[in-house]
Order: sequence, then structure tokens, then C-alpha cells
Amino acid sequence: MLDLNFKFNADIRTILAEKGLDGDGRRWHQRLENIHPGNVEMALSEPAGSYNFEKLLTLISPAAENYLEEMAQLAHQLTVQRFGRTIRLYAPLYLSNYCTNSCRYCGFNKENKFERTRLTIDQAVEEANIIASEGFRDILLVSSEDRQFVSVDYLIELVGKLRDKFASISIEIYQMSSAEYAELFEAGIEGVTLYQETYDREVYTYYHPSGPKSDFDNRLDTPDHISAAGMREVGLGVLLGLTDWRIETLALAEHAHYLIKRYWQSHVSFSFPRLRPAYEIEGSQFRHLLSDKNLVQMITALRLCFADAGLVLSTRERAELRDHLVKLGITKLSAGSKTNPGGYSGHSGAIEQFEIDDIRSPAHVAAMIKQQGFEPVWKDWDIAFIR
Amino acid sequence: MDNLIIAGREFNSRLLIGTGKFASCELMAEAIEKSGTEIVTVALRRVDIENEDDDMLSAIDRTKYLLLPNTSGARSADEAIRLAKLARAATGINWLKLEVTPDPYYLLPDPVETLKAAEILVKDDFVVLPYINADPILAKKLEDVGTATVMPLASPIGSNQGLKTRASLEIIIEQANVPVVVDAGLGLPSHAADAMEMGADAVLVNTAIATATEPAEMATAFKLAVEAGRMAYETGLSAMSKRASASSPLTGFLREQ
Repeated sequence: MLDLNFKFNADIRTILAEKGLDGDGRRWHQRLENIHPGNVEMALSEPAGSYNFEKLLTLISPAAENYLEEMAQLAHQLTVQRFGRTIRLYAPLYLSNYCTNSCRYCGFNKENKFERTRLTIDQAVEEANIIASEGFRDILLVSSEDRQFVSVDYLIELVGKLRDKFASISIEIYQMSSAEYAELFEAGIEGVTLYQETYDREVYTYYHPSGPKSDFDNRLDTPDHISAAGMREVGLGVLLGLTDWRIETLALAEHAHYLIKRYWQSHVSFSFPRLRPAYEIEGSQFRHLLSDKNLVQMITALRLCFADAGLVLSTRERAELRDHLVKLGITKLSAGSKTNPGGYSGHSGAIEQFEIDDIRSPAHVAAMIKQQGFEPVWKDWDIAFIR
Repeated sequence: MDNLIIAGREFNSRLLIGTGKFASCELMAEAIEKSGTEIVTVALRRVDIENEDDDMLSAIDRTKYLLLPNTSGARSADEAIRLAKLARAATGINWLKLEVTPDPYYLLPDPVETLKAAEILVKDDFVVLPYINADPILAKKLEDVGTATVMPLASPIGSNQGLKTRASLEIIIEQANVPVVVDAGLGLPSHAADAMEMGADAVLVNTAIATATEPAEMATAFKLAVEAGRMAYETGLSAMSKRASASSPLTGFLREQ
């Protein structure tokens, strides 16, 4: 039998290791500092939208901070051309805050002492009904690492009950095997969001001291499992605030580029979660939080390298900033989110994963989008594609 | 100008309009009206096809326009067929713009799956208008299985690059027995005129109108361009003749014998 592996180049671990992007990225610091305005102007004069490492390095450099307006204009133009004057809307539904991990930035850390909550299928459907009544047709099921309860079977049963109400169902939960993802895809789940959190091994180990999530390599391999299972959407991201955002952006882009080449039918999207205060966690403890200015730089730089990637922004960010970012390349927003299980029906006072900032209602956010000259899109998928 | 005839149905306009990417349903409705189109395509994934009050569907006057559902987003023949059947069951419309685009980035059509789906859908009494790459052999095969048109792309969808596939489009037009609708990549009215002058039976435009600062104005511009191109084609473009007409004939001596 012919060995078909010849067609694949290195795996993601090797790629990041060879480029020195699975650590502190020291080798790139000087390069970033040395980039001068002429390099940035050159990068901006290339046709926008395709990825190469040098171009991204240039666009996220300190020198490029003086070109944010040009980057924003180009990002806006390119996004309108590719996605139209539209913004997709979605809402998260938190299913459980029981957790076997102890991530230091997360309110659901197993070490935190509070009364945990899990939604039964009926309770989850009740929450989903509220989300649907607000207009949403696109829902993201979220759970902490609660394999015992939020199992594959639980998700399949829940999806069966949500399919009539939601055109698109995706998940943001603990890592799974390719076989498990394939089962969920078969059941009607079309996308998976899984942040690497950080591409720096040492920082990763510090922030994830115990639990299944503490295995860096397994985390890094999981987007391969998601894509190999046939999922349509693969959401990537780093938690902004854990370490140097510039190095993280380079690693994130390399990861996306690798996935796009290897799994040509899966669509990659990026999220931009800046760390937020959470239960027993002060926002001020994160030394690497990036400024609004650098967030804009990161978003527009990625857009200029990935014309067709989805760019997702949650309610972690404040309303005023979200209003501006709508025009800078973002394609998908959440609205009216609750980040605790049972939060929509208000029955439970469960602890939330993090504090949200933009507390406006979905209708209010939709009106803002219209005001900006965009169409809020509630439905851009149909579950009939899958089943 | 001759009318466009697709599957026995006559249309005055040779401009088809896509409905994605507009900033609002009002702007879309206005652009549709100004374009003079009679065929409006709608992505099934974008609308709630069973719901008459759906924002986008209710903005399209079905008494004036043929609503042409499309399967944009389908990655395989099976997915496209499933979606098509659901749409027909909900609306009674048996016309379908068949799109099978497994690559989420350039949204290029899959020739193998498109042909497979077309054959099954035609047998199931759908009027099938397939979106294809500009592949003359595929166009003939689709015609053979009974599609109502072929819809080859001018360049990748949304790219506004114009007629990058010109050489293949010319062959498709030359060989076709069904209307050829040039779809995707037409970024300027001059691109649309170009396709019509070449002999395309119609064009489909979306991005260039939807993302224009004034969609209704741009729709008018495309309407005029399509009419101009068609009129020129029907009149006969002497300058474009492929036949040589030498001013000093090489065989003149034969007459002297």
C-alpha cells in the first residue's frame, strides 16, 4: 500500500518548535524591534488577505502601531468584500461549572469553593428557549471539564432537542477524541472552539497545574482531531494576558495556516479573549494584558493575513469598543451573554466563568450593528446540511 | 433585445441578482428593483425558508421576481440534495441554483459532486442551474444530464476580478445548447458588459452591488451594462470577428487564371 503520509509536512508541534514559537519566542524579539516604517509600508502595499510569516511579523511589530488607521481601512475593505456588510450573532449556553481542572485564570477552577451547578437536559432546553426567543439561531454550548455529566451522550440528546430551534449549534468544551467529535458532528454539531490558551509551554504549565487540560501537547493536537472529524468550523484563540501577545499571535497564525493547509474543508476562525476578572481572580494580576490599541493591531493584522477567517468577539469587551470593532474585521459577535449555567432563566445564582462587560440586550446590539450600516445576521447556516 | 429563456420560461432581463452581503433588507430590495432583474437567488442557509415572515424573504416580492433558492454552503451532493428537497417541500419552488463548495475559503465549486447532485435532482423534477468552474467538458456533461443552464464562474466568488476564465468561457459559450449564465467574480459593470459581448446569455452579480456604497446606483449601472453588452452582441461585433479578412487576399491570383 502506498504511504500517503508523504503529502504532509511537519505536524504543528514540530512547526512551532522549529520556529521557536512554543516558548517565549525570544528569537523574534529583536526582529520585531528592528522592523522599521519602510517594512510596514511595504507589507501594506502587498495585496491584502494572504498569509506569510514575515508579513504578519511586520504588521504586529511596534513600528506598525503607527499604521493602525491604514491597517484598519484595509481590514474593513477586505472584510466587506469577503463577508459583505453583515455581522453574525450568537449566544453561549453554559451547561456546567463542575470542573476537574485548576486553571489559574478561570472562575470554575476546581480549587475554588462554591456551590457548583449542572443543567439537566430539561433545564438546558429551558435556557435555550430563552436564547431562541431573543432571536438567536446560532448557539454555542459551553461547559467546563465535566466529562461525567456533560458527556457525549448528554450532548447528543441535547442537540436532538435543540435542532428545531437552532440552525447552527457548536461547542466550546473540554478536549475530545476524533471519534467523539465525529459522533457529535453526526448529531448536528458543526463547529468546535478550543483555545490553546497559550502557545508558551512554560506559561501553559504554570497556568494549568493539574487536571486533564494540563497536557500541553494534547491540547495542541486537538484542533487536528476536530478537523479530522469533519467539523465545519474550528475556532482558535489565545487568552490575551498570559504572555506576550506578539509571540502568541505568530504561533496562532502558524497554527491556523497549518490547519488550513492540512484540512482544506474546515473553516478556521479566531477569537480574541482578553482575560477578565472572575471569581477570586482580579484582572490586575495579569501582567501581559494588551491595550485596546494592540488588540486592534492584532485583529487587523490577522485579517490582512487571513481574508476569509471568521473573527469572533465576545461580551468580555466593553460596549463602546465592540461598537468600533464591528468595522475592523470582526464577523461574529455574541450578545446578551450569561457565563453561568442557568443564567438566562435566572433560577440559579451560579458562579460565572468570568465577568462580562457589554451587558446590552441582543436587540440593543442588533440595533447598534444596523446603525453602523451592517445587517445583523441571526441565521447563516442550516442544520439540514448535516442531517 | 431577445428575451432570455430558461427551461421554457421567458425573462426580459439578463441580469440575475444575489442577495448576500447587503447592509440591510431595505437596501437589497431597492437594488433588486433598480437592477431590473427578474431572478433573485437566496441562500437557503441564510433564510428561514418555512417562515413567510423571514426578513429577507419578505423583502422579495414573489409576484415580480422568480425566487431562486441556492445551496450555498453545501459541501457534498448529499447535503445539497437534502437542502433542495426541504426547500421545495416548504415553498413549492422547484428551481434551484446548485452550489457545492467544499472549500470554505475560495468557495470553488466541486465538479464531481455537482454533476452527481445535478443528475439526481433533474430526475427528481428540479430545474437545476449549476454553479461550476469554467470547465467546458463539465458544462457539456451537465447539459447531458438535463440542467437548465450552466453557470460558470468568471473568477473566484467575491473577488471582483472579472473574466479571468475568458478562454474557457468562450468555449463553453460556443458549445452550449443551454443558456450560459456567467456567475461570480464580476466586480465592475464593464466586466458584466464584457461577458455579455462575449455571448453569455446572462450574468449573475452579488458582491459588487451589495458592497457598493450605493447599492441601488450600482444595480442600475449593472443593468445598463448588461443591456449594452447584449445589444452589442446581438448587433454583431465586427471588430471581434475571429475570421481573417485580409486587405490583400492571398488567393486573388486564382481569379486571374
